[in-house]
Amino acid sequence: MAKTLYDKLWDAHVVRQEEDGTCLLYIDRHLMHEVTSPQAFEGLRLAGRKAWRNTSIVAVPDHNTPTNNWDRDIEDPISKTQVDTLDANIKEFGSLIYFPFKHKNQGIIHVIAPENGATLPGMTVVCGDSHTATHGAFGALAHGIGTSEVEHVLATQTLVQKKSKAMLVKIDGKLGAGVTAKDLALAVIGKIGTAGGTGYCIEFAGTAIKSLSMEGRMTVCNLAIEAGARAGIIAADETTFAYLKGREHAPKGEQFDKAVEYWKTLHSDEGAKFDAVVEMKAEEIEPQVTWGTSPEQVLAVGGRVPNPANEADAVKRAGIERALQYMGLQADMPITDITIDKVFIGSCTNSRIEDMRAAAAVAKGKKVAANVKLALVVPGSGIVKRQAEEEGLDKIFIEAGFEWREPGCSMCLAMNADRLSPGERCASTSNRNFEGRQGPGGRTHLVSPEMAAAAAIAGHFVDIRLA
Amino acid sequence: MKAFTRLNGLVCPIDRANVDTDAIIPKQFLKSIKRSGFGPYLFDEWRYADFGEPGMDCTNRPKRPEFALNQARYQGAQVLLARDNFGCGSSREHAPWAIEDYGFRVMIAPSFADIFFSNSYKNAILPIVASAEIVDRLFKECEATEGYKLDVNLEAQTVTTPSGFSFKFDITPHRKHCLLNGLDDIGLTLVHAEQIKAFEAKHKAAQPWLFSV
Repeated sequence: MAKTLYDKLWDAHVVRQEEDGTCLLYIDRHLMHEVTSPQAFEGLRLAGRKAWRNTSIVAVPDHNTPTNNWDRDIEDPISKTQVDTLDANIKEFGSLIYFPFKHKNQGIIHVIAPENGATLPGMTVVCGDSHTATHGAFGALAHGIGTSEVEHVLATQTLVQKKSKAMLVKIDGKLGAGVTAKDLALAVIGKIGTAGGTGYCIEFAGTAIKSLSMEGRMTVCNLAIEAGARAGIIAADETTFAYLKGREHAPKGEQFDKAVEYWKTLHSDEGAKFDAVVEMKAEEIEPQVTWGTSPEQVLAVGGRVPNPANEADAVKRAGIERALQYMGLQADMPITDITIDKVFIGSCTNSRIEDMRAAAAVAKGKKVAANVKLALVVPGSGIVKRQAEEEGLDKIFIEAGFEWREPGCSMCLAMNADRLSPGERCASTSNRNFEGRQGPGGRTHLVSPEMAAAAAIAGHFVDIRLA
Repeated sequence: MKAFTRLNGLVCPIDRANVDTDAIIPKQFLKSIKRSGFGPYLFDEWRYADFGEPGMDCTNRPKRPEFALNQARYQGAQVLLARDNFGCGSSREHAPWAIEDYGFRVMIAPSFADIFFSNSYKNAILPIVASAEIVDRLFKECEATEGYKLDVNLEAQTVTTPSGFSFKFDITPHRKHCLLNGLDDIGLTLVHAEQIKAFEAKHKAAQPWLFSV
């Protein structure tokens, strides 16, 4: 029978299956950061258990770490305790890769695993972090888990899982100039809604997806969770193999060829059945800007903020009214009239070298607008940072008035000192525009790196295609 | 894990769709390295008028009177009534930890986000998916009736309202067994340790690159 890519990845990892369909699924790669792991290690310790296979672990502190003044260490004592706890836990239980705070390769877990070749096609990848979906870009089955499951994987190398349904999101055609993987993903979320993918694993396919770089594919899969899907996947192809070749933990020589031979079988078969299919044309996707407090509240940059009077459903109407009030926006105002206070370019969604290059190309020779109090550029890892600096991107940003910071999650979720003050409005390349996400009372508009840089220069949202 | 069998509990309504885990427990509380003590900070930004910090004593913090958890009629609630896509966003298990620590044991909504849904079971909380029509009815009855309680019977998989209206809910046999008996997964899984080892050996032989160190 014709199988989907999801079927193949799933079947290759089933250790046993119960009568009700619940499976024990083997986990190849366990990614960790400091926020969702301490209670799991503590549970292991209390039960007197060891890590089943500590060489499956790739860990890094990223959520709490400061992005400047590294000479002052971590000033918040509670943050420091959490980072120190990860240090101690990895020391006690072991790992394949651990980059402690200030290590030259430290960065966001979802950036460092791929760039070190620790995310491979055909793997099952988990992390106590919902944006683990990112790794699906490699044709791996990757999803976020809770801390109890982190402990379960540590202790047993497996997860108790029930298979999801399969959704195909097929996007054919060519993205227009100024339209990015981020816009594509936001457009999908706008179309199917933040619960549209609940209960599904989404496979992204079509010529528009195939033509994306690995960085672009990671952005798309990263945002699968914002459509409600635990996992997003893209079949591995020559782009994937070329990206992996030579990376530190990727297979080498003959073994690489053997792996590629297997990886080439990991695609949905002709005629494979999906439980849902969504099709979109790349040419119809425009640069996107979120206006509300849920990623599905998104519009093309040429659009106008919605008017709740036009919404028939009472729960949705109340949601729009509440979002407009929180965001401090008027119904029917053009998106391009929205002025901003801060800009954040970074996060596991958009902090890779390609994102840095795209933002720098827009900022080059320009100046950040006077009304923009802070424009932050936070590379995703030490490796991204060094590469960007070799290319002179840091100088472009600094000359334009941006701050060039050290790697970390930073103002995506504001667990460190990088945050919005109440009422401040931010053009952000991150993944969530929830109330208070970037700081209590802060207002977030999600955009691509190009659109964020252009907004920084103009002081308000602009259509990058006209900038 | 605590067992869950049957509960006749007071209902508290949270009448919003897409309630995300950042709202359930804001990020500053995620800095804790413990599993307990999150209840006082549940829905912190909606519940209190000031900015909450970890370790804060919440008894004298200024409250937002319009928020359900602050209303006298909902004190002691054990059943959380919610709208679509409850628990979306971050995978933080601190969200169900906070819900459980506050005293909720059951949640009823038309839909839950996937990761939050499975995290809830790991913490002896029963998430019940009911049709939008039923949930709407429960919201209306709850609003109209002070002291509105629901009887939740896991063995029978039923929820019954004070007027005697009853509906069934789905749960996998595995999850039901674990909840009824208060079993956590790790011990159950390790019964199959030999099978995991055998799978691992076969997997390693087929794809040795997955095991490189």
